[in-house]
Amino acid sequence: MSEETPISHAADDSDEIMAALQRARDSLTPVYISAGGSKRHMIGRDCSAEELNVSAHRGIVDYQPQELVITARAATPLTEIIALLDTNQQMLSFEPPLFNGQATLGGTLACNLSGPARPWGGSIRDMVLGVELINGKCERLKFGGQVMKNVAGYDVSRLQAGALGTLGVISEVSLKVLPRPENTLTLRYAVSAADAIPLMNRRAGEPKPLSGAFWQDGQLYLRLSGTSSAVTSTATQWGGDTVEDDAALWEALRDMTLPFFDGDAPLWRLSLQSSARHNPELGAALIDWAGAQRWVRSEHARAPLDEIAAAAGGHVTLFRGGDRRGDVRPPLDAVQQRLQQRLKASFDPNGIFNPGRLYPWPQEQTAHAR
Amino acid sequence: MNAVKPANTDRSAAELLRRLRQCLSAECIIIDPESQRPYECDALTIYRDLPLAVVLPETVAQVQQVLQICHQLNVPVVARGAGTGLCAGAMPHPEGVLLALSKLDRILDIDPLARTARVQPGVSNLSISEAASQYGLYYAPDPSSQIACSIGGNVSENSGGVHCLKYGLTVHNILSMNILTVSGEELTLGSLGLDSPAYDLMALFTGSEGLLGIVTEVTVRLLPAPEIAQIIMAGFDSIEAAGNAVSAIIAAGIIPAGLEMMDRLAIQAAEDFSHAGYPRTAAAILLCEVDGTREEVAQHVEAVAALFTQLGASSLTISRDEAHRALLWKGRKSAFPAVGRIAPDYYCMDGTIPRGQLTYVLNEIYRLSEHYDLRVANVFHAGDGNLHPLILFDASDPQQIRKAEAFGGDILELSVHVGGCITGEHGVGVEKLHKMASQFSPAALAQFEDIKQAFDPALNLNPGKGVPILKRCQEYRALPARHQHE
Repeated sequence: MSEETPISHAADDSDEIMAALQRARDSLTPVYISAGGSKRHMIGRDCSAEELNVSAHRGIVDYQPQELVITARAATPLTEIIALLDTNQQMLSFEPPLFNGQATLGGTLACNLSGPARPWGGSIRDMVLGVELINGKCERLKFGGQVMKNVAGYDVSRLQAGALGTLGVISEVSLKVLPRPENTLTLRYAVSAADAIPLMNRRAGEPKPLSGAFWQDGQLYLRLSGTSSAVTSTATQWGGDTVEDDAALWEALRDMTLPFFDGDAPLWRLSLQSSARHNPELGAALIDWAGAQRWVRSEHARAPLDEIAAAAGGHVTLFRGGDRRGDVRPPLDAVQQRLQQRLKASFDPNGIFNPGRLYPWPQEQTAHAR
Repeated sequence: MNAVKPANTDRSAAELLRRLRQCLSAECIIIDPESQRPYECDALTIYRDLPLAVVLPETVAQVQQVLQICHQLNVPVVARGAGTGLCAGAMPHPEGVLLALSKLDRILDIDPLARTARVQPGVSNLSISEAASQYGLYYAPDPSSQIACSIGGNVSENSGGVHCLKYGLTVHNILSMNILTVSGEELTLGSLGLDSPAYDLMALFTGSEGLLGIVTEVTVRLLPAPEIAQIIMAGFDSIEAAGNAVSAIIAAGIIPAGLEMMDRLAIQAAEDFSHAGYPRTAAAILLCEVDGTREEVAQHVEAVAALFTQLGASSLTISRDEAHRALLWKGRKSAFPAVGRIAPDYYCMDGTIPRGQLTYVLNEIYRLSEHYDLRVANVFHAGDGNLHPLILFDASDPQQIRKAEAFGGDILELSVHVGGCITGEHGVGVEKLHKMASQFSPAALAQFEDIKQAFDPALNLNPGKGVPILKRCQEYRALPARHQHE
């Protein structure tokens, strides 16, 4: 780490975490891993296991701007990481939600959360270079590293993205970071959802500096990011109304604070082929990621949504609200489920991490568990 | 390198062939050693072996039948794409079946609006971009072997290329794939959206070297072809100056589409071969490609050229047009065969290091070159810190083979020592298996082994490659022998 870089609130709490996990392993008492608590009742199923709060394990461990790599302990708040990157005109290209400053690096990776830039800037899954993980045997393991390319061994680092902490406690993460764009500008068009989807996809197929494309309430918003010259010339070619104070709009979309996300009605997330046609039967919708991520508010039953999503090459999650002890994720076929369970058991043979958070699977007894 | 004696009895081999013949036509099964020769190795030719049978299924259903038969008879299966791999990952197993997927070579569908292509595993990397070009789209990862290498092989090795820094590796550019498990069960990974609901098996399978399942179909992302691309080539009088220039570009906030470095021996060999106009007397050259909109590229070309000049470039060339750009790339892309002309053989390494360590590591490699008395040429992806030292040797001299292997091993240890890894894009295969312990702890290796067993309990998929198998398993007593090719 360069000497002038400030480190605030840094503390290595991994020995304490390890001791707690050894107790959990020995007594076969499952734990629910938490830090900032921002996503406790979202994304996965609610978990009733005893809480293991790892929020003391935080701090940026290494940052080399010229290497485009930052390494931090899992409970480091994203705001702290972003503030440091900002001093070097760099950023997290996946534009993660900050959830009122509570979001941490480890939680964001575990939930694979990325913001509006995701189709162009990649996801946190795409940018992770390495992790340190404590598995269910209480072994501290390092996978990947701090270099851009590494194909030795299985890609356990990326496997943590979206695993919801069910494969182990992520203790440290290395990410690829990117330079911040020189300029950003947002264009707005009055267009229906049905017309917005093909338009977003056509724009995404042009070699222009697109970095965001979302639709709500009859308005399509396209964000351009890059060199000032490229942004300006593209805006001139594409036309549309320029949106003033656009940063606040994209932040609200990123942090899910737009009025669309207010209230307790179940929030469904559909991850679909970006060009899949708009389905008006779904009810109130917000379309992001140039069509690849669609949000719906409704008291729908799960099965018809699964059908709609499957027909569009994707899947649906009950992201927030509704019955959080039921099936929040789509059913898997028998082969998929068996292999997923075996994979889980290979990391966590005694089932101590976040039981039921991802799927309500019973713990599989595996012959090969050491 | 030397095969273990086949453990299968003649009778079980006969049973295997009898059953393979029931599902494949005669010309799709190769058993005589002479006809098997083209399949005895991949592009790392010092590791060779012959299988019990080479099979060339023509349909996914036939692949499934082959897997079912091998599963029932407990026979190892090694998948092979185009055989351009560089880690002996596709070297046959003497007791097993070599499953060549080259006949599954159809582009099934291109969706220009969704920007995806659905292809069979034997489709060549370049042909995807060629087919997509009519829509102004292309497939970004471009390994040097892209004319020949197959997308199935790319997935298995998580292939990179010269444009990774900006556009990512294979894992960043694929959406979904169909897999057959070791027992022939069908499995779909990923989705046409940008994620999947359970564990990200796409990430786990990409780069898994054929150890977890067989890829039968891949849906790749296509990107819009940039409006324009230009190369800025600079010569430098020292490795250090070139290394500093690499870091300076990144520090200036520019992510080049490609940033390649070559040292003197490589420059001279490439120039003699391709007449691209490389500065023969430079200690190192950098080839920096920037792409994007016309305005963006004009701005970045100016900035990069100014940086190179400021950092002491002894020569500077900016591509004038597409033909000139292609010529400048030709030197780089033909560097391996060009180096191949100045020595009987070369051994290509693949360590990746932090960019800031470039100068130190290159100087160490030169020191090792003197120590082993073997010449070395460096041609590599400087932007990614992905080294490709080419160790020159004569394979007809056993002592030189041993020295080249020791030299290569030292380079990999050095890469790990400075915070890097033993392989950036070529894979572990047979070649680097014994170096895995340099990079990973015993517990991490045991975790890899447990992952392997979750998908392939009998360890029949590409045994002896990728991840070392350490423990003795009561259930499958034949394993230790099966997992040693040496």
